[in-house]
Amino acid sequence: MADKSIKTDMNDVKEIRAINRVSFKQRMISYKRKPLSLLMLIIVAASAAISAAALIFIMVYVLIRGIPNLTPDLFALNYNSDNVSCMPSIINTVVLTLFTLIIAVPFGVGAAIYLAEYAKKGNRLVKIIRTMAETLAGIPSIVYGLFGMLFFVYALNWGYSLLAGAFTLAIMVLPTIMRTTEEALITVPDSYREGSYGLGAGKLRTIIRIILPSAMPGILAGVILAVGRIVGETAALIYTYGSATGYAANPLSSGRSLAVHMYVLTNEGLHTNQAWGTAVVLLVLVFGINTLSAFIAKKLGNKKG
Amino acid sequence: MEKFAIDNMNLYYGKFHALKNVNLHMEQNKITAFIGPSGCGKSTLLKSLNRMNDLVEGCKITGEIKLDGEDIYGNMDVNILRKRVGMVFQKANPFPMSVYDNIAFGPRTHGIKNKKELDRIVEESLRDAAIWDELKDRLKKSALGLSGGQQQRLCIARALAIKPEVLLMDEATSALDPISTGKIEELCLKLKDNYTIIMVTHNMQQALRISDNTAFFLLGEMVEYNSTDAIFSAPQDKRTEEYITGRFG
Amino acid sequence: MRLSRFRERAMQGVFFLTAITSIAAVVIICIFLFCNGVPAMAEIGFFDFVGGQKWAPTNVPASYGIFNMIIASIYVTAGAIVIGVPIGILTAVFLARFCPAPLYKILKPATELLAGIPSIVYGFFGLMVIVPFIRENFGGNGSSWLAASIVLGIMILPTIIGVSESAIRAVPESYYEGALALGATKERSVFKTILPASKSGVLAGVVLGIGRALGETMAVVLIAGNQVQIPNALTDGLRTLTANIVLEMGYSTGLHRQALIATGVVLFVFILLITLSMQAIKSRSEKNG
Repeated sequence: MADKSIKTDMNDVKEIRAINRVSFKQRMISYKRKPLSLLMLIIVAASAAISAAALIFIMVYVLIRGIPNLTPDLFALNYNSDNVSCMPSIINTVVLTLFTLIIAVPFGVGAAIYLAEYAKKGNRLVKIIRTMAETLAGIPSIVYGLFGMLFFVYALNWGYSLLAGAFTLAIMVLPTIMRTTEEALITVPDSYREGSYGLGAGKLRTIIRIILPSAMPGILAGVILAVGRIVGETAALIYTYGSATGYAANPLSSGRSLAVHMYVLTNEGLHTNQAWGTAVVLLVLVFGINTLSAFIAKKLGNKKG
Repeated sequence: MEKFAIDNMNLYYGKFHALKNVNLHMEQNKITAFIGPSGCGKSTLLKSLNRMNDLVEGCKITGEIKLDGEDIYGNMDVNILRKRVGMVFQKANPFPMSVYDNIAFGPRTHGIKNKKELDRIVEESLRDAAIWDELKDRLKKSALGLSGGQQQRLCIARALAIKPEVLLMDEATSALDPISTGKIEELCLKLKDNYTIIMVTHNMQQALRISDNTAFFLLGEMVEYNSTDAIFSAPQDKRTEEYITGRFG
Repeated sequence: MRLSRFRERAMQGVFFLTAITSIAAVVIICIFLFCNGVPAMAEIGFFDFVGGQKWAPTNVPASYGIFNMIIASIYVTAGAIVIGVPIGILTAVFLARFCPAPLYKILKPATELLAGIPSIVYGFFGLMVIVPFIRENFGGNGSSWLAASIVLGIMILPTIIGVSESAIRAVPESYYEGALALGATKERSVFKTILPASKSGVLAGVVLGIGRALGETMAVVLIAGNQVQIPNALTDGLRTLTANIVLEMGYSTGLHRQALIATGVVLFVFILLITLSMQAIKSRSEKNG
């Protein structure tokens, strides 16, 4: 609409009749000569629509089938084969998450501090560490499960246990925490470091008092991202944490996380309705966690900008 | 003969009034130079002539710009406009492909597929841009490996390959060494027999050396427009005089 | 003063130790997998194991051939690529170059959300929705190569979209402007200059997606049918390397169990090769860029 009036909030001109708006008609004139371009535009938009539709379809379908099945029974305190309550597995998941983080966060953050603050640029060892972290990130969870079973369950003789599960997952989420923490540390302006050194503070003090606090939101966002992975993980847990139905009372007892619970329900095929309900719980949990992570990361971005 | 006619043209970036009531008529087969201190709007005006300002968010234009009497912001196909009005950018921007494919990009865009025809256009364009001898043996090599001056002349050749009527040059020599600059200036003088050239330059000597007409801009206003000789020997406006005698800018 | 210097050195040492954890982890994982898997391969015979078409661990005598599963893993991954790569790359193009800002604010988080869905939910959804759909419309019993390919295709979308989009955004704007100034349409400028210039980044996204698809377990095991065979049709079932491990690890003993670990080793080697090629692509693009 070349001659369409556009309202603007300009001071000197109340209304501008801009001539350079690309109107629909002008577009069509171009596309008429180049129909292939129009076709490409349609294909590109259609692909984006398919991607979005895939998400919406899965979400809506799970919610519609699942929400009616969110009965009080599903959240009964104790599991039995009638109510197939997901309550024990929710608690187990929370405990598992805590244990995993207690193991993984110190290592992940420590490694990131070394890479960002101590290591010299272009150091060979740093290159190797990064390559290894990338390798870890690429290993499928079933391979982690196999390794966890061989190492923690059998070699260390912990059996199917909370500890075996937590250690296995800790290695799995280590690269995530390392990468996000390192990115957060790098965005801390050098002036902070210089300011602290200028006051005579040592490197360690600078890191603990100045750098870590200002990188905290970034680190937190990464940790929450890792929580999302832990909560959604199945394959690495079946043969490490096991699938006992009760509460895992101590670090060496077996339990099932929510995702494993969902797998068992699906595999048995006897409690499809409850499985839909459990799927909703799982989705809501994971999305809640991811949204929280995105929210914190965004807040960090705003503060910087 | 008149090629471009700009009448009552205003341009805004959001609230900023970047070009104020510009009236400018440019002649065919002449070199017109836009001069003025940086930020005066000369590049902005140049980009309005092939509608590259459409990409800038918040940019609004009013008034009228005609090419051969036809409104370029009307129902003219913008792709045809850009085929008729070629552009060379301040920073050479060859595509990350071979020299040959760079030159052939335009013709292919406009539907030429015949290999022989493309070969002919590539050679002719490179010859016109006076760079054929340097590049004829490396047509298949990546254009990113060329020197800065070669890259810019390649970009000129690329623009010539679509047979434009007008060639816009946006400070095309500002990033180049004096020798490359000299080659491109020579080229411009040769090209004006067949093309209308409109160039933005911050180099007054360059305007004086090669342009036929010069327009002086200051703070979004076109202060003076006249033959280059007249502008530099007898400027009518005090501000023009101050600028060309080097008192500001 | 001396104490504080000691503390500085000590903590640097601690940070260094945490940093080499990832190296230690990779080394231990390799050692444990190979030490447990390679002897089994030796006992079965490497070529009988990798090239054998018969998997019958409970027969007497038992057979441990995983050839069909290697092929199945490749088939399923190929299927996921066919579905996920074009849609993923084109979606990335849309997000980076065509998407209006208000829509982007919705669409971008949506693609990220897709990455957050746990694989067990994908598997369950596939089992309840896609498998019956295939059974009713294309025949067979539904659990099939096709079902696994569709679900994996969706699962790798966010990886491909994310990596490709940032690769496309990293291309200098001057290429795009140069093409437009020659009279090319927006679409031609994007597809002929920007996309080719971003190809190594896009390729990295695709390779990452291949890794995801090859290693995915829970979704596949629920919907692929798990028959040890090379499928003749898209509606035939198959069993991937990952599915084999999950299905039988629970009750296996002795050589059978070691053969499963060896299956994991084969998978692991595939993934290592992919990671290596990924790093090769990356260093090449860094050199060019």
